[in-house]
Amino acid sequence: MVEHYLSLFIKSIFMENLALAFFLGMCTYLAVSKDVGTATGLGIAVIVVQGITLPVNNLLYTTFLKKGALAWAGLPGIDLTFLGLITYIGVIAAMVQILEMALDKFVPALYNALGIFLPLITVNCAILGGSLLMVERDFNFAESVTFGIGSGVGWALAIIALAGIREKMKYSNVPDGLRGLGITFIMVGLMAMAFMLFSGIQL
Amino acid sequence: MANKYKDVLLDPIFNNNPIGLQILGICSALAVTTRMETAVVMALAVTVVTAFSNLAVSAIRDHIPSSIRILVEMTIIASLVIIADQFIKAFAYDISKKLSIFVGLIITNCIIMGRAEAYALKNPPLISFLDGIGNGLGYSFVLVVVGFFRELLGTGKLFGISVLPLTTEGGWYSANGLMVLSPSAFFLIGLLIWAIRAWKPEQVEKD
Repeated sequence: MVEHYLSLFIKSIFMENLALAFFLGMCTYLAVSKDVGTATGLGIAVIVVQGITLPVNNLLYTTFLKKGALAWAGLPGIDLTFLGLITYIGVIAAMVQILEMALDKFVPALYNALGIFLPLITVNCAILGGSLLMVERDFNFAESVTFGIGSGVGWALAIIALAGIREKMKYSNVPDGLRGLGITFIMVGLMAMAFMLFSGIQL
Repeated sequence: MANKYKDVLLDPIFNNNPIGLQILGICSALAVTTRMETAVVMALAVTVVTAFSNLAVSAIRDHIPSSIRILVEMTIIASLVIIADQFIKAFAYDISKKLSIFVGLIITNCIIMGRAEAYALKNPPLISFLDGIGNGLGYSFVLVVVGFFRELLGTGKLFGISVLPLTTEGGWYSANGLMVLSPSAFFLIGLLIWAIRAWKPEQVEKD
């Protein structure tokens, strides 16, 4: 039993890395990876938000939205899955807001370190993508906790690695047209290739 | 006046491409481009949603209190995406299976949010609508180009019709397996950006 969760955890970090295998959260991934410090802050924020929203969305899905889930309310024939998208994004926006207020009150140091990145997470597709993947794969509650934290860690790892490479890129002489975004794309391509090596591992 | 409309419509395609220059909407651009078919459906869906969300946001822009504007925009966008999602499921079920979660992810596609914030909140409905179509087209342009190369070089086909006969089927072209895998999308977009910037040097980033 523990093995199942451990392998899901490792899988969501390496083999199914949200950033490099599913291309989720790319906009922020490319835009906010210029130095390691901010990348680390954003990475931690994503782990926290992902770890909270995925289980919450899972609970909402299994108790309200899933086909036949409203049986406990005496309405077994109702299928609300089409409301999924709007529910998940609502939960994510609300969670980010609550987290922001809670951090501000109880852990001001972390709040200041994260700064602008917290609100930005609402539109980070890694979070919504995680919820949608969770629904598509029919995870139960414990699995969704594992997957949430694991995929957050994977995304954080990817952005910190990219920021490290970009810091070193300052010393290279890149052709004019490729400067900035162009060369970043190509670097991410190479990183994605490296991460593909994990995909052969069976757990 | 007519000229202004034309500029708003055509500028985002090359001069101010949402993917190449504004770093918006990259996630889906990478994931759905293994085939032309999915790329075209996705491009259409995003163009329609961007255009109509711009129209709707712009129409009520004077009535949205700025403190909750993100919530309002999200609700409008999410409703439009649900419509698009149901529509694709109804009329192109196979493609909707292949697109899997990426139709839903149009909600967080930053092109839509970005245009609503940057343009629709400040401009009248008609021109915002055109801006939405223009940015959708700029996005579609990148998607279709990347999809074209990935499908052609990766499987020797276009829209599922064989163009380059494969060696496995007695032809001469041996498929490049890397093209169907994810990293090739990054390389192609990187090279595409390079090509556009070599053509229009004013877009080059200075560091």
